[in-house]
Amino acid sequence: MTQKEALFQYCLRLGDNALILGHRLSEWCSRAPFIEEDLALTNMSLDMIGRAQALLKYAAEVEGSGKTEDDLAYRRPEPKYFNHLITEQPNGDFAHTIARQLYISTFEYYFYSDLEKSKDKTLAAIASKAIKEVKYHLQHAADWTIRLGDGTEESRNRMQKAISDLWMWSGELFEMDEVENSLLKDGIAVDLIPIKALWSNHIKQVLTEATLNMPEEDYMQTGSRKGIHTENLGHILSEMQYLQRAYPDAKW
Amino acid sequence: MSDSQGPLWEVFVQKKAGQPFVHCGSLHAFDKEMALQNARDLYTRRNEGMALWVVPSSAITASSPEDMGSFFEPANDKVYRHPTFYQIPDAIGHM
Repeated sequence: MTQKEALFQYCLRLGDNALILGHRLSEWCSRAPFIEEDLALTNMSLDMIGRAQALLKYAAEVEGSGKTEDDLAYRRPEPKYFNHLITEQPNGDFAHTIARQLYISTFEYYFYSDLEKSKDKTLAAIASKAIKEVKYHLQHAADWTIRLGDGTEESRNRMQKAISDLWMWSGELFEMDEVENSLLKDGIAVDLIPIKALWSNHIKQVLTEATLNMPEEDYMQTGSRKGIHTENLGHILSEMQYLQRAYPDAKW
Repeated sequence: MSDSQGPLWEVFVQKKAGQPFVHCGSLHAFDKEMALQNARDLYTRRNEGMALWVVPSSAITASSPEDMGSFFEPANDKVYRHPTFYQIPDAIGHM
């Protein structure tokens, strides 16, 4: 694998994470528990889609085959997507959406803080824009986790269930392969080993304040680095890519 | 006022530093942190402001419509209360 191929793959992974989670959050539009939350979730969705656009545009540039960010977003089949499996998990009830966001935003907070120092100028610039958004996403998710966890019996049970249900998808966030390792050598990628400890500490702190139990180390799901997904991604893509597939190159 | 969506809050947005906070609407939230976050999402997502205030609606004491006459009408016929007889230099600008 050349450095160029590794950088392309790295951007694709980051872009896909943002795109798929952005799509999932957009599904809350008009369905949130109340209007204030409807706007909060769709605002986050737009942050994610904006970030996906920047990352996929850069991926296309690095690849250099004349593709655009739209080609990458709308014309790849499932096995060519490299988003973490947790991003494609269904919204579930509100607690599941919040638990998913807590896991991901905590990860992204440490990840993008570090990526800001990347030797790749474009990635560093995207990271410094993303970190401002992520801080807010994390605050929102942590506040809700605490509010629901330390709330009524019903809200506590649901929040605990969501935290436990999504746990097995969290291990993948910290997987490193040849893509990360070769870019890490050049000071471009983020080292995920120290991030894992920071992540666990922060999650533990939030869960303790929320009077919830931290799940125990257990079997972790894996696959997305190789393009292996859960059945959820196919359904997401069939909706997301419908227009482009039915009317290729449609303009309006 | 309280219901399943939490109590009502009034939102004030400041467009630029130094300008007054202007009331722009209300929202529901369970606590002040949530009120501030909701205000940010509802009222400043298109660059409308630099700072926010949220105030519990219950903390606001309002004049009532029945008092309109005694409260406001006496001001109608007292032009001498308006400083319109002075020349205001242009440099002062917005006052």
